[in-house]
Amino acid sequence: MKPLPPHLTGGHFLLSDTDPNLVYTPEDLSTEERQITESVEKFMDKEVFTRLEALEHQEPGLAVKLFKQLGELGLHALEFPEEYGGLGLGKVATTGVAMQLSRLGGFGVTCGAHTGIGGMPTMYFGTPEQKQKYLPRLATGELMAAYCLSEAGSGSDALGMKTKATLSPDGKHYLLNGAKMWITNAGWADLFTVFAKVDGEHVTAFLVERTFPGVSFGKEEHKLGIKTSSTRRVILENAQVPVENVLGGVGKGAYIAFNILNFGRFGLGAGTVGGSADSLRTATKYALERHQFGRPLTSFGLIQQKLGDMAARIFAVDSTTYRTASMIDAVMATGETMDLTTPAFPRGMEELAVECSIIKVACSEVLFYVTDETLQIHGGYGFTEEFTPARSVRDARINRIFEGTNEINRLFITSTLLRRVQRGRFALPTAAPDKFVPAAKDAEPLQKVESLLKGAKLLALALTGLAAKKFGEKLAEQQEVLAAISDVIIEIYLDESALLRTLKAKGKGAAANTMTDLTLALMNDSVSRMEKSAATVLAACSTGEEFHQYLKLSRHLLTWTPLNVVELRRSIAKRLCEVGSYPALVGG
Amino acid sequence: MKILVPLKRVPDPDTKIRVNADGSGLETDGVKFAINPFDAIALEEALRLRDQVGAAEILVVSIGSADCQEQLRAGLAMGADRAMLVKHDAATDSLAVAKVLAAIYRREQPQLVLMGKQAIDDDANQTGQMLAALLGIGQATFISKLAVAADGSKATCCRETDAGLETVTVALPAIITADLRLNEPRYVTALGIMKAKKKPLEETTPAELGVSAASRTRVLKLTSAPKRKAGIRVKTVDELLQKLREEARVI
Repeated sequence: MKPLPPHLTGGHFLLSDTDPNLVYTPEDLSTEERQITESVEKFMDKEVFTRLEALEHQEPGLAVKLFKQLGELGLHALEFPEEYGGLGLGKVATTGVAMQLSRLGGFGVTCGAHTGIGGMPTMYFGTPEQKQKYLPRLATGELMAAYCLSEAGSGSDALGMKTKATLSPDGKHYLLNGAKMWITNAGWADLFTVFAKVDGEHVTAFLVERTFPGVSFGKEEHKLGIKTSSTRRVILENAQVPVENVLGGVGKGAYIAFNILNFGRFGLGAGTVGGSADSLRTATKYALERHQFGRPLTSFGLIQQKLGDMAARIFAVDSTTYRTASMIDAVMATGETMDLTTPAFPRGMEELAVECSIIKVACSEVLFYVTDETLQIHGGYGFTEEFTPARSVRDARINRIFEGTNEINRLFITSTLLRRVQRGRFALPTAAPDKFVPAAKDAEPLQKVESLLKGAKLLALALTGLAAKKFGEKLAEQQEVLAAISDVIIEIYLDESALLRTLKAKGKGAAANTMTDLTLALMNDSVSRMEKSAATVLAACSTGEEFHQYLKLSRHLLTWTPLNVVELRRSIAKRLCEVGSYPALVGG
Repeated sequence: MKILVPLKRVPDPDTKIRVNADGSGLETDGVKFAINPFDAIALEEALRLRDQVGAAEILVVSIGSADCQEQLRAGLAMGADRAMLVKHDAATDSLAVAKVLAAIYRREQPQLVLMGKQAIDDDANQTGQMLAALLGIGQATFISKLAVAADGSKATCCRETDAGLETVTVALPAIITADLRLNEPRYVTALGIMKAKKKPLEETTPAELGVSAASRTRVLKLTSAPKRKAGIRVKTVDELLQKLREEARVI
């Protein structure tokens, strides 16, 4: 592998500062990218939300009809290569589309599972013949795709799957036996990427068509949310899969499954940002209209606090998502591959795995927080199905579960970095963190944020090093410690992405001033969360005098004078009420 | 056949409009812009007409700042063949715009000008009429149905008027302005958007066209519409009639 520019390597954000000019922000979107997003926005408003009731009750054929209509507009084709009927666009272009589609959680899931985890295995791991056979029809939406990994007994423990594949005596087919659970699009999809163990041992991916003999489906699951989408079991009873439908080679299934999930996590997280922004728009509108004590709700401090906090968190995930999207595109554009499967797959799928997990965890949690607070602002009305927040909360919940639970992803973030340290791909710094000098008391607020993030990075790396030293090989069993370290890492990536976007926009109108408020409000709350996580790690890894020394160092690295966050949130909320929505709040 | 479709850049109808602090204009921060919806309907009709007659060239035109390129690109993405931006950063009014359009008309010699009946920002509803007068050609305004004769000599238009529907025939070339019910504009496709990048977008100025785009009218002040006051309840019809007569003075 050739060395990538440092800022494009996974986890680099922890090792040094990033130049704001190297960071992609939503302000950098091209006219075409904006137009594609606007086209989907119109489609959602006019075709999808007008049929919400029927969709929620799964009126037969309706979701598929809308899915096909989107296909006619070319929106499933965005990421597929041009030679196979796609438009060859990257993550930056598709992020805005995912955000729009995910305004209705269930519909976003249907489309995301098709173009994401459903279609990507063939796109990235398929042979030219497999691509020719399936991609053009996936790109138009003529075929719908699904991804089948989980089973009744293996969810997080995906490789513990029981589904088996045995070569038929004539060597022409694999016979698949087993059942896959929680399969999005199962009721409607035509092409399934199924993972099964050849001879009960070698995890392998198979391209399974709906009509292959031996393939059948369970009943629709009764889900808490995303009710517009189809979720069923896929049952394989001596399912006959031609040998030419093995994807990526026998025994290569784990590479495929997990690298697809990296992108799946990115897409899922990116989509939820649209759901969050939509929810905040609903909350703002309601709070402006609803009067209590003769005043609109927006005139009350605790409502302003909610609106301000929601906006700050959405700003963080929005900024982080676009930053990461562009990094993925840049690594993909190098054309470098990892020769672990046949054919080899792009390095870009793997390099930013940690960043993709951060996006998944942070964005899904912000969505749940924002939809819940929106419901709260609606009071008793929010608890009824007459208003939208109830559905939004139900739809939001799944995002913390699928594509790797947030718990699995938290473990993955720290352990992946540690694995990369062992393999020499990620170097922990040797400089002593106690040499760190915090920003002066009279420094500019944004300079203080910059300085705090420098300290926080040193802290995150020190915590990682300390935990590795203390527990060595047994660190995997210290899940609470790994997750607490991840929490610090997640905060850093989000806060820094918000800061870099703010610095890049500096001096460009009222939106730039709002961005400063958003970043400061975010950072202020983030510090105490990081302090708490750091203390958890330190107390688990040290005792007595050593512990107190570490704790002192941790506080030094997180030196921060609390801001008047009441004023900050009020000012954000005031502006939000003037402009009406999150994108407008930051000039979008 | 050549069809000229002027596209005006206006605040998106779904965006929240705010008057700026000194009342000189609108706050543009955080405001989305779009093709004037009536112009989009006109463009849609032009595209359908092209499909009907088999071959037609559709030219979209905008007069204003460089930002108008966005709307022209959107028009190209919908399916127009080429675009022209007449760069002019200062304020304009209906007559100034009509004069610029007249100059373009003389240069391009289209068989048809299809445009929105009015723009949703200033709701002036006079550019189409002024353009027809300046060119001395026919006009059909507020149309909800359009049929162009096979030989391209005339168009039959159904007009929506206060009194009802009126069907008129107008000799081409003519100026035809679109009303809301003429059609529903299509969604732009992703491929259309990407293709639009490669379509020609010509930039010119009023001076190059030999006209002035200077405005004869001036906006003195913009104010937000006053908030609607709460209504009152009346107990009897007589009381209602009395209030309508004496307070509202409407009967």
